[in-house]
Amino acid sequence: MSADPLLSVRSLSVDFWSYGRRSQVLRDVSLDVPAHRHVALVGESGCGKSVTMRAIMGILSTPPARIASGAILFDGRDLLRLRPREREALRGTAMSMVFQDPMTSLNPVFTIGDQMGTILKYADRRLGRARDRTERLARIHEVLGQVRMPDPERIARSYPIMLSGGMRQRVLIAMALLSEPRLLIADEPGTALDVTTQAQILKLLRDLVDDRGLALLMITHNLGVVREAADTVYVMYAGSVVEHGPTTELFARPRHPYTRALIDCVPKLSGAATFRGIDGSLPDYAAPPPGCRFAPRCPLAIGACARPPEVRSVGADHHAACWRLEEAA
Amino acid sequence: MSEALLEVVGLSKAFPLRGGLFGRIKGEVKAVNNVSFTLAKGEAFGLAGESGSGKSTIARMIVGLAAPSDGAILFEGRDLAGQVHGSGRDRAVQMVFQNPGSSLNPRRSIGQSITVPLEARGLARADVDQRVARLLDMVQLPADFATRYPHELSGGQKQRVAIGRAIAAEPKLIVLDEPTSALDVSVQAKIIDLLNDLGRSLGLTYLFISHDLSLMRNFVTRVGILYLGRLVEVGPVRKLFDTPAHPYTRSLIAAVPVVSDEEAALKPNEPVVDGEIPSPANQPAGCAFHTRCPHAFAPCETQFPDVVRLDAQHFARCHLLAPDVSKRVRAERQTTKQGS
Amino acid sequence: MSVAAARELPARVSIAYQNWHRFSRNPTAVIGSVIVIIVVAAALLAPWIAPYPDHVGAMVNFRARHLPPSAQYWFGTDNVGRDIFTRVLFGYRVSLLLATVVLGIAVPLGATLGLIAGYFGGWAEIVIMRLTDIALAIPPLVMALAVTAVLTPNLIHAMLAIAALWWTWHTRLIFSITRTLRQQEFVEAAQTLGASRFHILFRELLPNCASAILVKTSLDFGFVILIGAALSYLGLGVQPPTPDLGTMVANGADFLPDRWWESLLPGAAILFVALGFNLLGDGLRDLYDVESVR
Repeated sequence: MSADPLLSVRSLSVDFWSYGRRSQVLRDVSLDVPAHRHVALVGESGCGKSVTMRAIMGILSTPPARIASGAILFDGRDLLRLRPREREALRGTAMSMVFQDPMTSLNPVFTIGDQMGTILKYADRRLGRARDRTERLARIHEVLGQVRMPDPERIARSYPIMLSGGMRQRVLIAMALLSEPRLLIADEPGTALDVTTQAQILKLLRDLVDDRGLALLMITHNLGVVREAADTVYVMYAGSVVEHGPTTELFARPRHPYTRALIDCVPKLSGAATFRGIDGSLPDYAAPPPGCRFAPRCPLAIGACARPPEVRSVGADHHAACWRLEEAA
Repeated sequence: MSEALLEVVGLSKAFPLRGGLFGRIKGEVKAVNNVSFTLAKGEAFGLAGESGSGKSTIARMIVGLAAPSDGAILFEGRDLAGQVHGSGRDRAVQMVFQNPGSSLNPRRSIGQSITVPLEARGLARADVDQRVARLLDMVQLPADFATRYPHELSGGQKQRVAIGRAIAAEPKLIVLDEPTSALDVSVQAKIIDLLNDLGRSLGLTYLFISHDLSLMRNFVTRVGILYLGRLVEVGPVRKLFDTPAHPYTRSLIAAVPVVSDEEAALKPNEPVVDGEIPSPANQPAGCAFHTRCPHAFAPCETQFPDVVRLDAQHFARCHLLAPDVSKRVRAERQTTKQGS
Repeated sequence: MSVAAARELPARVSIAYQNWHRFSRNPTAVIGSVIVIIVVAAALLAPWIAPYPDHVGAMVNFRARHLPPSAQYWFGTDNVGRDIFTRVLFGYRVSLLLATVVLGIAVPLGATLGLIAGYFGGWAEIVIMRLTDIALAIPPLVMALAVTAVLTPNLIHAMLAIAALWWTWHTRLIFSITRTLRQQEFVEAAQTLGASRFHILFRELLPNCASAILVKTSLDFGFVILIGAALSYLGLGVQPPTPDLGTMVANGADFLPDRWWESLLPGAAILFVALGFNLLGDGLRDLYDVESVR
């Protein structure tokens, strides 16, 4: 068991500048993704999970966005201090991304083999390797096999339109695996797919983590998927991580008021729905509330919530950022 | 027992498949195949299914955006099937679309969008503003939203506007096509709450289309499960979820991601279903589900199953459930699968 | 209950302000607007700001013939002694009038036909689009030549000739936009809500075409002015003694290269106005492209 996690985001804060106004989009976000683990970053739209993901991959558009402070450690090196070329050398090689929508992420006029070949060619170039066409094709077939595609040769010769949604999603995963990455970031995997297909994709990701020792960071808004697939979960709200811990523990004993409210919002298969929802809406990032950003909507908010809450331990490896943890127990 | 407000009989929709050099018709895609169900006044009926199930096509036919190839849509006794959209169309059937971002005209203000059905009904100009304000109030939005534009509103607020616009037409039946799929779960609950309230206060009947079974479980009173254009099971929601009969229903419920252990215990014990939904253009013969069904046996490949009545209100189409299939065969199939 | 909660909207930056902000930072757009404003102002104020307003009519001053540009005659004088600068200003009036009338006919006509063809499809589409194809096959200049040669050459006939073909571009443009738009859910919603077809065409679809129409019309101003100038260069547009830029270029061409100002300065004036509208149109297109990408 290695000491330091492969990916470690430490107190990352990101601002967005637009029309002369500053929006504090991420505030002090920290998360760890060790090898052999499936970590989920869950939150609703606008919570900042996409920004976090882009910051890690280094694809944030830095004119409107600006990294205000913090560090992103990958294998001990701070990605934010690297030169652009060094950063680019890592992208698509040691760390790669699986995109969200398999229906639109593939170029319809090129075959799967062509698209994967291009990716592999550029990744090799960044790594300083040279593979000829036959070797590339062999690698492509190998990876398609790893994502459990029947008949990889035929798939490589096919166009995206000939493949179903689930197969396209597997292709996207295969593309990310081409240069044997150590960290995989998956953006809403399976969200655009049927529930039965999504279950298969999640199982595939699980096996990749277990068998190949990948570190997997999954970004999603779907709590059910998180509970069934991830080892560790980070819950984000309005640019901060409000609670994190092992999945079973967090779902069994959610401690932050937002986490509890969110779990309550999910309709239950038992039919015991409360349909309460969460009143209010996200704060204005340009003029956020001082202290806890959930306070305006929180049923337990008190005066002390005007100060940013401390992160405190509430269980084994389980932490939450709230002043009222005792009441929420 | 309330009388039927909507009766769908043998509804089918086939799309021609064109191919070849001159775009000749090669065959057809049966998106909806002989679907029948009824809605009683005031009830909420759900149609659940995944991609290719035909649920959206059914919704569009009922609302008049598509014409059926076969079958009848009887609304209060009158057949709507012939009438496609237009100003002559009966406005008593309205729809709330899935994507609130695209169902509101981005270049028109909220007030102008809500005014569309009011003008269509011939409301006097002087009364329009007042009515718009009242409608906004009914969907819990402040009256000054009338001058705002869709891009200024959040997803949940836009969907409220869409609902307000639909009820402005004073409909009797509202078809809800995945009304909350594009929304966050915290907003979803409030929209569902609003729909429940309005349904009660205005005496509305709902046809609820969704792929989200957990949501279905909590909103509708009866539900129908669609697979590749066919209704494979219909029944009262509690009964169907507690004792799902059709193998597809069981697989579907088993695959739903849940957030608690109590719910996980409620799911049927089914293996993860294999493969993917076949394309509607290439439907398997016999029972469409047989290629993926863990319990398929001889008749499934060749014969399409008849309707089996399991209960007063609970029906399914599956060979395994037919009364003449011997109990032994049935038990055999089920034990084999549970053991594996 | 939830009214207060639903009332919360994030502080918004109005769309108009955002557009202005981007527009004012786009050099093309700014330069184009400045030029257009100058030309329009010059044209509108010509009777008051022109140094020699009476040189517009039939007037000759043989002692001041062929004078080069100077402090007294900024653009010099022509072969009968008239101040070229004054005539250029009045020439702008003619050009802008021509373009306004032509586009005032062509754009509404073209847009309406495009909407009808795009929304209804079927026979309407076939008839309208094939008609458009036929009209597009005829070069506007040739058509204008033919028309004005058959009828008496004057400004009105020139305008009608150009308008008779110009609507086709707009029809094509609006047709393709409408075809995509008609499948949008807000159009379907209008249908189910019982909106009349007139309403759907002009209140739902047309506003979404507005930015495209604006861009194209801005660019068109420049092109129509050029065609108008070409027509009058050939003697088929505005007739003397009304000042017109094209006619001035034609007349002055006889005296090239010694008395270059008589032909080149009116030519430069044409270039100036066409450039202005072109830049403005491009700038608007950049503005709206970004918007649609976002």
